[in-house]
Amino acid sequence: MSLLIRGGRVVDPAGGTDAVQDVWIADGRIHKVGKGLKPPAGTETVDATGKVVCPGFIDIHVHLREPGFEYKETIASGTRAAAAGGFTAVACMANTFPVNDNRAVTDYILARAKVEGAVRVYPIGAVTRNLEGKQLAELAEQAEAGCVAFSDDGKCVMNAELYRRAMEYALPFGVPVISHAEDCDLGHRGAMHEGFVSTELGLSGQPAAAEDVMVARDIILAELTGAHLHIAHISTVGAVRLVRDAKARGVRVTAEVTPHHLLLTDEVVRSYDSNCKMAPPLRGKRDVEACLEALVDGTIDCVATDHAPHALSEKEGEFAEAANGIVGLETAVPLLLDRLVRPGVLDLPTLVTRLSAGPARLLNLPGGSLAPGAAADITILDLEQSWTVDPAAFRSRGRSTPFAGFTGVGAPWMTLVGGLKVAP
Amino acid sequence: MSWKRKDLLGMQDLDAAEIIGVLDTAASMKEIAAREIKKVPTLRGKTIVNLFYESSTRTRTSFEIAGKWLSADVINFSASGSSAEKGESLLDTARNIEAMSPDVVVVRHKAAGAPALLARHLRCGVVNAGDGAHEHPTQALLDLMTIREKKGHLEGLNVTIVGDITHSRVARSDIHGMRKMGITVTVAGPPTLIPAQCQELGVKVSHRLEEAIAHADVIVMLRLQHERMQGGFIPSLREYSRVWGLSLAKLEHCRPDVLIMHPGPVNRGVELAPEVADSAYSVILDQVANGVAVRMAVLYMLAGSKSA
Repeated sequence: MSLLIRGGRVVDPAGGTDAVQDVWIADGRIHKVGKGLKPPAGTETVDATGKVVCPGFIDIHVHLREPGFEYKETIASGTRAAAAGGFTAVACMANTFPVNDNRAVTDYILARAKVEGAVRVYPIGAVTRNLEGKQLAELAEQAEAGCVAFSDDGKCVMNAELYRRAMEYALPFGVPVISHAEDCDLGHRGAMHEGFVSTELGLSGQPAAAEDVMVARDIILAELTGAHLHIAHISTVGAVRLVRDAKARGVRVTAEVTPHHLLLTDEVVRSYDSNCKMAPPLRGKRDVEACLEALVDGTIDCVATDHAPHALSEKEGEFAEAANGIVGLETAVPLLLDRLVRPGVLDLPTLVTRLSAGPARLLNLPGGSLAPGAAADITILDLEQSWTVDPAAFRSRGRSTPFAGFTGVGAPWMTLVGGLKVAP
Repeated sequence: MSWKRKDLLGMQDLDAAEIIGVLDTAASMKEIAAREIKKVPTLRGKTIVNLFYESSTRTRTSFEIAGKWLSADVINFSASGSSAEKGESLLDTARNIEAMSPDVVVVRHKAAGAPALLARHLRCGVVNAGDGAHEHPTQALLDLMTIREKKGHLEGLNVTIVGDITHSRVARSDIHGMRKMGITVTVAGPPTLIPAQCQELGVKVSHRLEEAIAHADVIVMLRLQHERMQGGFIPSLREYSRVWGLSLAKLEHCRPDVLIMHPGPVNRGVELAPEVADSAYSVILDQVANGVAVRMAVLYMLAGSKSA
């Protein structure tokens, strides 16, 4: 089985490539990248002239909802959404039912993914049993079963002693602990960001300090334990500053940011549209600017979507009572290309790095480059493709997005996993 | 006057001309209350639904009387607790009510934004009778009516709103409405009960009661919810009352013609000393009377000015 992707602009920052070249795939792996490659006669060819050929994009923060919440999303629907959105791999969070806090659930997710998954699926195990923040989950067995990180995402482990122990205990497995940094006392379940908009709307607000306090605590614990701490969905100017300072000190801390925290502020909540409700909440203008700056300068290592599908009935009611979370897999790449790369806020190779090599390195995943011998996970972009966000057309079962009706130019064109086309 | 809105959701949406329009209409409605037979046929054949998700006696009664004096059929629909607890979603309830073809739905809900949600989905008019800590526009209108009646004008006055600004929809509606009418608004309370970036609403913020009320033409005292101790907003009712409660002694340094207002129900002895509530400064019962007039005006403008 071999395939030639001919004549595309190959952007592989990890391999130092940005040139029009061919990519020759054999037996599911990258065989050769170069100009004018001549595979044997009869090799299937994809004409990628005018397109951009990148290492497969990896989204390390996704909620696939299976097992337990199949009415929101399944491994089948979620991975199809990923493929359509240009992602060749996703890491899925542990807040399923039952919670992925033991080997049996990890095994189940991996088995389902093998049968039904359109893209690679890497489970993230829970830090504490049933996400209760009281007792460690069986981290060793979960790591052995294939968990690539540990996180109680959706909740914060409020007990600092327990979190310290989790960081220490996870050290031998060489995987990061991912922090959903939100002091829930300080945040007191505020429905949105605390600021002028929450004051006008009369919605209870959670201050940026609820995130900053926890990022500071977790950095201090990472310093104490030597663990690799990864900050999920960073969203405040203060948290960005803390991560930047910690990195400068040599602390093993990394961070991700979502497209919505890069592109929207709390102003959009004025409509009381619960498609603008998620955790952490949409922040102020200065926070957005700080996140963008940090993504450009590398303080933030990767973009992750926090794809969090819900049923319509869980989102359509009163803002304060609506579920937290929006979908992101099918909108992330088009939005980033149009809103960041086209206006020159971020150059294309940097974006590709933040979507491929960045997340791969962070979770020690294969992928992130088109080096010969690597699995042929490839995302091909069409920078001229215009689009309109239409939730009804999503492959995801989730429909909640604050970006409905947005238009732009530049989108994923083809996604290949192990040399096989998974989208379109 | 021209009223073009389908709904009345908040004072933030209205401009000064619209506010004056409501106040003038309300002033003419007030005359009906003095009649022997308190009924005019203006809204005969119209249906008004009071959809109250939060318990409220005076606001619901006020809307009910307003509708009845205008000869509308008024139906009270009390839905206690949140829609989620009740099992039927707010939108489903709304669609069911819509199917009964009301002309106006008056809604009170603990969730900010709930009336806006209904207004987007219902063809009939929606009046916000209080949504969470967001807005309570008819309260602001009756406050403005009362002030205009007593002072003869609105522009140039100083109004001080005292108490729990953070959780108060009355404060927000008053602030928007008063500023549009040229009133200078000061809010005063302990910093824990002043919301984030409150000054950006266009008000002065004070943390000292005596200073905040010294030059006020009107003082609006807000009701303090007893559960505020639990959130750590105040240490005790006793201390709150001593520092932020209005007593005759504190009024000594105020303007002699100052008006004391309160949206009710009053916690006597907490935010208002009983002798202040019953004093000549107090116009609390005028507010209640004007509430009916303002709601008649609003119902008339939403249901009656459309050609039937």
